Amino acid sequence: MSIVDKPSTEILGAEDVSRAITRIAHEIIERNTDLSSVVIVGMQTGGTWIAERLCEAIERITGGTRVPLGAVDISMYRDDYSLRPIVLSAPTEIPVDLTERRVVLVDDVLFTGRTVRAALEALNDYGRPRAVQLAVMVDRGHRELPIRPDYVGKNIPTHPTDEVAVGSNGVFVSSESEAV
Amino acid sequence: MSKKSIVFRGGTVINPDGNVVADVRVSQGVIDAVGPSLDGDTVIDITGSYVSSGFVDLHTHLREPGKEEAETIETGSRAAARGGYTAVVAMPNTDPAQDSVMVVRFVRERGEAAGLCEVVPSGCITMGRNGTQLAPYESLAKEGVRIFTDDGNGVQDPLLMRRALEYAAPLGVTLAQHCEVSRLTEGAVMHEGACCSSMGVPGWPSIAEELMLHRDIELVRLTGAPMHFLHLSTAGSVELVRRAKADGLPVTAEVTPHHLALNDELLRGFNPLFKVNPPLRTIADIDALKTGLLDGTIDAVATDHAPHASHTKEQPLDAAPPGMLGLETALAVVNTAVNADPRRIVEVMSWSPARIAGINDRHGRPIAVGEPANIAVWDTTSVWTVSRDELASRSKNTPYHGMEVRGKVHHTMFRGQLVVQEGKALK
Amino acid sequence: MKHLLSTHSLSVDDIVGILDVADHMTEINSRSVAKVPALRGKTVASVFFEDSTRTRLSFESAAKRLSADTMTFSASSSSVNKGESLRDTIETLSAMGVDAFVVRHKSSGAPQAITQWTNASIINAGDGWHQHPTQALLDAYTITRSFGTKDSLKGRSIAIVGDIKHSRVARSDIDVFTRLGAQVVLVAPPTLLPHDIATWGVTTCGSIDEVVGSVDVLYMLRMQFERMDSGVIPGLGEYTARFALTPTRAAKLSPHALVMHPGPMNRGIEMVVDPSDLPGSRILQQVTNGVSVRMAVLFTILGSGATATLQQGVDA
Repeated sequence: MSIVDKPSTEILGAEDVSRAITRIAHEIIERNTDLSSVVIVGMQTGGTWIAERLCEAIERITGGTRVPLGAVDISMYRDDYSLRPIVLSAPTEIPVDLTERRVVLVDDVLFTGRTVRAALEALNDYGRPRAVQLAVMVDRGHRELPIRPDYVGKNIPTHPTDEVAVGSNGVFVSSESEAV
Repeated sequence: MSKKSIVFRGGTVINPDGNVVADVRVSQGVIDAVGPSLDGDTVIDITGSYVSSGFVDLHTHLREPGKEEAETIETGSRAAARGGYTAVVAMPNTDPAQDSVMVVRFVRERGEAAGLCEVVPSGCITMGRNGTQLAPYESLAKEGVRIFTDDGNGVQDPLLMRRALEYAAPLGVTLAQHCEVSRLTEGAVMHEGACCSSMGVPGWPSIAEELMLHRDIELVRLTGAPMHFLHLSTAGSVELVRRAKADGLPVTAEVTPHHLALNDELLRGFNPLFKVNPPLRTIADIDALKTGLLDGTIDAVATDHAPHASHTKEQPLDAAPPGMLGLETALAVVNTAVNADPRRIVEVMSWSPARIAGINDRHGRPIAVGEPANIAVWDTTSVWTVSRDELASRSKNTPYHGMEVRGKVHHTMFRGQLVVQEGKALK
Repeated sequence: MKHLLSTHSLSVDDIVGILDVADHMTEINSRSVAKVPALRGKTVASVFFEDSTRTRLSFESAAKRLSADTMTFSASSSSVNKGESLRDTIETLSAMGVDAFVVRHKSSGAPQAITQWTNASIINAGDGWHQHPTQALLDAYTITRSFGTKDSLKGRSIAIVGDIKHSRVARSDIDVFTRLGAQVVLVAPPTLLPHDIATWGVTTCGSIDEVVGSVDVLYMLRMQFERMDSGVIPGLGEYTARFALTPTRAAKLSPHALVMHPGPMNRGIEMVVDPSDLPGSRILQQVTNGVSVRMAVLFTILGSGATATLQQGVDA
């Protein structure tokens, strides 16, 4: 996703992003009383750095509890491979059997919900989790599937053609309609 | 025979004694005037073109009888006429083979019925081209057969070849050898060289041709019988023939247009249209063949016109039969590939092959008053693109489809009758 | 990429890209549920005009792990025996709806010929003496992943031993190995070398003893019995004496050296040693990797379209 040649608006700054990660970490701890069953899985590639930061935050907040961290590549589970080429990112890496685990799936942006659906299917191939929760930095709306996040950094109303970029330096929205 | 006269006006007449710009008038099957400002019932302006004796192909596969789905004597004759040919020697590898008076007569009569060019049957060296029993040369010679060959197969047995030469010599006929030591070419698909080895295809080594050529040159030396060598393809072969001629041996040799123009790299795409026997060789071989053709070592260009029905060529390279069309593109391909003087072109495509075929009483004659009107009108400058869909042959296996060539046959006259006009067959 | 007919049509980047995709496939194959839906709805037909159960099964298992539907056509049980032409066979199968044909044929160039008669992709699973591109890819994958780094073929010395002349594996391997930077030495009697080997960018030598102590990879080819019958080489005893891998020779291998074989092995002919006694043997690993690499090829051709590029992902 390129925002270089479109005017973009900063929605969150770097500090806002950090705060959001810390808040979500708190919520995860709160919701999952037995942290030992939790696995954080970032979606390749946009969700992996957030998943890492969440793990670190949980370790900091709990004073040393390290939850397993994984990554899932959903490119082979997508439902639109006949529509556009599949581009492989980095391999899936799930460190533990997911059976009976509580999986927190992490992505940067929640949009149509199709990537999450693919990720749910992918996770199933690593075992049958007791529950899957969804954490996203940005929920931009326009869902096409009945999927809802459990943890949200920020809800941002967008136009379907807008582009949303998430990084540790902040969240930016660029909108085509503003282009000359 | 038409009593109306036809005049070719303004062309350059090519004759053994020189070229001259002159009109040529034909009436009642013969040339009745050559000179300036002739008039006649029909006048065809051919300014800028050459007029020569019609071409003679020493090596045509007409496929009839036996493989009429690939070509018939009629369609092949039409292809020949479009190529400027007024006579073709029909190769004997028909089914049944041309090893009997009956088959030879059949071929000749079908040719006469088509009436597009003279179809001159050749005979087999051995019965059924099996390489074991001699064919009846004398009875075939009485039918007018002058060339005997097992083309497609080389005569492997040296003793049999020696006897064939000894037996044929007093009959005034010529044996024509397809030089290929078959033990060296078992399973062979294309020239043995860099290409075939990286393509993983069994190779047809040059030595398989040269060994038999060498053997037969020595048999000619021993027996004194004349011999013609078909479709030579290698530099080594050119050298062997050159030395044999220097020794004064009665040998003649032909080269095909495709061996002058195409090389083995074309097979990289595994396209069976480029599969032929002997195979397309290397640039070095092509250069030697051109030199041989220009210096007289090689006497004639012969097409080895080999039609194949499409479905037989639509196979993997090793399974597809060898052979390519040649009659309708011969002049253009030779003219494009070889920097030859038009007179040398007539020599190698008409005068010499007519002599080798033993038909030089009626073909390959001078353009002169009283001569039979077997005439080709052509140029060396028209540029055109070969299309397999415009060929008169029943088959489409031309390797030149889509290629641009230079030189064109405009009109062909056979026994005083215009059979091709402006490139179109009239019957 | 529409077809995979020959290694020659792959650039070095293509090769490296396919091997990277194969890493994803290896990960999938390591799961308890070794199957992904990537090629759901695609049909892969394996069309074998020459028997090769192992290659066919490897491709079919690759297709199935990617959720493609598979069809099998083998010449021995088909209308080919009734004289049906190759073209008619392919057109008939195409009409059933095939996205990719995996083709094995005894004629060099047959897969290329088939491309004229169908819109489906063609993957060459071995044609005559010509090419066996997925074998070369899986061999390169096996070597690079054994030595640890993706460019670990660079500067390595690889000996290929046996019947080079009639081997599609050798032709494919030599091309891929040399382009990935390896030094290849061919060990064979002169009658089993292609005659213009000088132009191939490899060296040759006449006995396995000259190379066994120094190579990084010893690649043994299957020796076909019929070569001896047709007088190409003197006989079994002499071949074994000069070209077989024996326990004595195996003892001279460098500790890190790999021993490979495309299979099926001729025990007692080129392999006079039990490969399970060789720590460097990768022969079964080649078979395992074969599935991953063929998945990568199928996925590259059918899953990602003509514009596929491998995104260099962030390491997880």
